[in-house]
Amino acid sequence: MDMLYYPGCTLKTSAKNLEASAIAIAEKLGYKLVEMDDWNCCGVVASLTSDDLMHHLASLRNLIRVEEQGQDKVLVLCDMCYNTLKQTDIRMKASQSDLDTLNSFMDEESDYKNTVKIMHFLEFLRDEVGFATLKKKVKKPLKGLRVMPYYGCMLLRPREVAIDDAEDPRILSDLIKALGAKVVDNPYKIECCGSYRTIDQKELTSRRAKSISSYASTHDADLIMLSCPLCQYNLDVRGKEAESMYDGYSQLPTLYFTQLIALALGLDVESLGLDSHAVDPAPILRKRGVID
Amino acid sequence: MTETDVECAKQDEPSQVTATVEIFIMGKRYDVPIGFTIMKAIEFAGYQYIRSCGCRAGFCGACATVYRKGQEQKLHFALACQCLVEEGMYLVQIPFVPANKALYDINDLAPEDNTILTIYPEIARCVSCNTCTKSCPQDIKVMMYIQNSLRGNIAKAAELSFDCIQCGLCAMRCPADIKHYHVSQLARRLRGKYIDPESKELNARLKELEEGKYMDEVDEMMSMDRDIILNLYKKRKIEAQGDLDEGADA
Repeated sequence: MDMLYYPGCTLKTSAKNLEASAIAIAEKLGYKLVEMDDWNCCGVVASLTSDDLMHHLASLRNLIRVEEQGQDKVLVLCDMCYNTLKQTDIRMKASQSDLDTLNSFMDEESDYKNTVKIMHFLEFLRDEVGFATLKKKVKKPLKGLRVMPYYGCMLLRPREVAIDDAEDPRILSDLIKALGAKVVDNPYKIECCGSYRTIDQKELTSRRAKSISSYASTHDADLIMLSCPLCQYNLDVRGKEAESMYDGYSQLPTLYFTQLIALALGLDVESLGLDSHAVDPAPILRKRGVID
Repeated sequence: MTETDVECAKQDEPSQVTATVEIFIMGKRYDVPIGFTIMKAIEFAGYQYIRSCGCRAGFCGACATVYRKGQEQKLHFALACQCLVEEGMYLVQIPFVPANKALYDINDLAPEDNTILTIYPEIARCVSCNTCTKSCPQDIKVMMYIQNSLRGNIAKAAELSFDCIQCGLCAMRCPADIKHYHVSQLARRLRGKYIDPESKELNARLKELEEGKYMDEVDEMMSMDRDIILNLYKKRKIEAQGDLDEGADA
């Protein structure tokens, strides 16, 4: 079954492994992820002022593309893109006058008819594939692997776009269990990763990464599992940099949920981009017998 | 008035025998013959081009024109040498576009995901308003090539922008102050140098030139009289057109 998806720029640059692993697991589960045509930037987090309609143009234009391509659903892999597209979707459904304004501005496009459902890929796996189904397809249960789930903010806030309880989410824990691994629950799972401070305050972001990873280490987690490419970059790259800031400190590896699913489904390890992480996940995966 | 006089008048006063349209050049009203390009109409009205005019054939991008028709809400954009006058056009020519160009040595670059973004970081300011696309007289998907540049798809950005003639209207209209046509030129340079396969034929031809294959002909021409060279030029063979009849382009 074909499923339209919106990639976003990060999946084409620094998170190619997220895209590759998602496509691979979807195929294994009987879905072909089809990249939508002529997509543009998601809009990257609309501004918080109320007179910000221009910032919704990018998102809305993508939703028009989905309607044009004859679809009423689009999957999104990047948390930031999901959040941005979903906020536009909610605003357009709530305010016909905002939608009219944007439709009339984009007079070169067909009017948006508010028919598209936006789903994060993780949400799709839970609600449409089902973790129970996924569990049945697991070939190599991640037995013995201790995984700390980490959410960050984009899947959970603001509450209107959340795919789970904003304070105590469990979707990643449920997924970890379905894959046969052990969940290391933790109070840091909805803490901030440092977000875009990674550009102007690298050390602050490194400290965030260290505090999150340190909790995991002291509770014997083997690695951190997450879904957001920006969180991944900060925990992985800035976390690695924290090693040179603190004597004897060592950052835990961070993997996308799609990579761990792919490993549990027994997919080709070579295609998962495990070698593109700043903190190499291979040693611990080898130690736990997940990879050869 | 004799019949002869009438015929003379017809020849001398085209406005009486030729259908005209009313246009406004920088606010001043003129009647110009229907079927003229904007460029010809402006000259017909008595203006002489110093800027805003180049090849007169739709290739050089020098004659960017902005106009509005009558009371229409929308602005229109065109090349003066390619677009015919229409009733009620309010015209202005854009003689120059102040669009700073990044300095780079193409030999020092690599076609990486973030190469274009590093050199032209302002492309990240794009809000996808598509105003650039709507201002392009070449009907290029301008916003889409900026979007492809943003995500590191250099080959696609180069392909989408292939017909760009650098008139600069996109850069004049962008609310994010992007200089689109310089961005796409970088994309095409990167693609030409690093992505597309090397042309064996071009290399072979360059080698021939370096070895002086055509120097005899060049030397011969250098010693010719100007009139002979002009005549040879007029009679030159144009590819895909065959031999021109003598004097055909006079």
